[in-house]
Amino acid sequence: MTISRRTLLGTGAALGLLTACGSNTGRGGGGSGGSGPRLAQWYHQYGEAGVEQAVKRYAAAYEKADVQVQWRPGNYDEQTAAALLTDSGPDVFEVNGPSLDQIRQGQVVDLTDLFDGVRGDFNPAVLAPKTYEGKIWAIPQVVDMHLLYYRKSHLDDAGVRPPRSLDELVDAAKALTTEDVKGLFLGNDGGAGALGVTPLHAAGLSSVTEDGGIGFDDPAAARTLGKLHELYADKSLLLGAPADWSDPSAFTQELTAMQWCGLWALPAVEKELGDDFGVLPFPADGSGGKPALPVGAYGAAVSARSKHQEEGKAFLKWLWIDRTEYQEDFALSYGFHIPARLSLAGKAGKLRNGPAADAVRYSTEYGYAEPLLWTPASRTAYQDALSRIIKSGADPDDQLRSVVRTVRAELARAEKTS
Amino acid sequence: MLGAQNRTLWFWVFVGPFALGLALFTYVPLAWSVYLSFFDAHNTVSPDDFVGFGNYTAMLRNDAFTDSLVTFAVFSAFIVPTTFALSLALALMVNRLRRAQAFFRSVFFLPAACSYVVAALIWKLSIFNGVRFGLANTVLGWFGADQTAWLSTTDPPWYWLVIVTVRLWLQAGFYMILFLAGLQRISPVLYEAAAVDGARPGWQVLRHITLPQLRATSVAVALLLVINAFQAFDEFYNLLSDSGGYPPYARPPLVYLYYTALGQEQNLGLGSAGAVILALIIAVVTVGQATWFGLGRKED
Repeated sequence: MTISRRTLLGTGAALGLLTACGSNTGRGGGGSGGSGPRLAQWYHQYGEAGVEQAVKRYAAAYEKADVQVQWRPGNYDEQTAAALLTDSGPDVFEVNGPSLDQIRQGQVVDLTDLFDGVRGDFNPAVLAPKTYEGKIWAIPQVVDMHLLYYRKSHLDDAGVRPPRSLDELVDAAKALTTEDVKGLFLGNDGGAGALGVTPLHAAGLSSVTEDGGIGFDDPAAARTLGKLHELYADKSLLLGAPADWSDPSAFTQELTAMQWCGLWALPAVEKELGDDFGVLPFPADGSGGKPALPVGAYGAAVSARSKHQEEGKAFLKWLWIDRTEYQEDFALSYGFHIPARLSLAGKAGKLRNGPAADAVRYSTEYGYAEPLLWTPASRTAYQDALSRIIKSGADPDDQLRSVVRTVRAELARAEKTS
Repeated sequence: MLGAQNRTLWFWVFVGPFALGLALFTYVPLAWSVYLSFFDAHNTVSPDDFVGFGNYTAMLRNDAFTDSLVTFAVFSAFIVPTTFALSLALALMVNRLRRAQAFFRSVFFLPAACSYVVAALIWKLSIFNGVRFGLANTVLGWFGADQTAWLSTTDPPWYWLVIVTVRLWLQAGFYMILFLAGLQRISPVLYEAAAVDGARPGWQVLRHITLPQLRATSVAVALLLVINAFQAFDEFYNLLSDSGGYPPYARPPLVYLYYTALGQEQNLGLGSAGAVILALIIAVVTVGQATWFGLGRKED
């Protein structure tokens, strides 16, 4: 993700301007021209050019409220979490969640009634993690997915085929590694953060089962995660790249022959490499396994601390439910995402050909979404263990046992107060 | 005209804002954090689920937290003597220069003006990045060495090299200035007397004249270094964190607590309990150190 100095300064200046205007008249300045109450809307910083201008354009077109867009670089999750504890936070905001605890503490507003008549049109895989006890707490904006990019010409030169199993991936990465180009890039941390629980799904397991049990208390989990260490031990992994896995630079600059990245990077990759690349899900492992890739969605939510909750809901309904042309523009004009609405995803021409079409097909066949019960504490414990397995060659059985303990405690906590 | 009353008034005019700020931004949050540490406070600062010492026992049984304390002890035990020795050596060398002393003083001091975040990013992205065009890898490449992923290699733990060098580069110059000031206060008469008594220049003079004369400065430097090591956060966070979180190694307590309390986890109760434990450890160490150095005792 590259931020030019000018953008950074510009953002700072714009934020400064917004606060400066806010104090005297309570109206005007910064963002949109609508009448009615002022709503603060927060977005995290997207890496693709043009998104910021686009969301400001949408906000300016809304007439029933004066929507001020705040584009927030930096640690967005931390910023919103802290802001939601105060009265000076956003009215409506984009959230990588909301998390189970945010919902249970009543920090976000119930949005179920906005979905009247359109609930079935939202992609069920990404709507499920926004739903808790039958109520919906955020509107999925677009469907994001992670997937494996590979360089066709490099694979041909090395004489390997696109990997169809985890073992083939390990072998291919080794065969593709040369002095200057590494075989595979899973993130600078060796894959613990970017892959997350994807390898568990590839082994036919899961993080938390649908009935709220632990999904990976199984010898197959240790076996699969142990194979990730081979990638590291073989020195097939690219580590310490200037841009991390979410940015396709390492792949397009030929630092690596394969990279785990997101669908959002597809236009950039296509522009640099033409048709010399393909995409794959994370390959299956073991007899019970099947390919896997994560799907998820940033959701649009209303803060329970907002003084204009009804107006906030009305605005979100207008933007993310009624105005389908904006949703389509947001999903497909700047980096690729699959529209969260099935009706829009079906007619998105840009997703009908080539690797994009493959990606969409994988998302429906192999996509999984992280359940709400997979809490941040569970995720941290699991990622720590995975990092130790991959990099230090720690015993996967031992590591997973301690993760199971943490996850069991988290699940018990979720049970207790619900 | 300037009676006792006015003196009181002026006292509060000058001290008041500071005292108010201290109370509002330091003591109130401190007390609040202690309060929170006794509650199950997920995503809230006004909790109602009292758990007693539950958070404390959970934190002390948590391997990640105890590991972070060990990490941090090892880091302090290494960085404090190293910085101390390096800045003293720089000061002794610069002090002996006859020409261009001001120039070298400035050159070594300048890094102290650089922010930890900026320096960490330069170290991470250009000097010690893991690819072939990183500075360190380019230089090693001339000698035919393989490229090394400095921040991602746990065996051997190369990340310590990155963390330690950035801190040394940033800090050594500042402490060098303190030592220089101390050196310049030593009266030349002492050295002349030592020479007359037959002390050999070099180690003997350093051991028996310079170091004892630098005692006050050394104590101050050691204390400042320990406090700085306690507060280590910026360079660790900026060097090692990524969008997926923070790796389980080289994770000092402040970074761990940051993720627990302020990251997505938002477990403010547990985070506060950890902060209180950490504060107690720091208090004990500081008091112990002050007693050991005899801080506050009158110089003989």
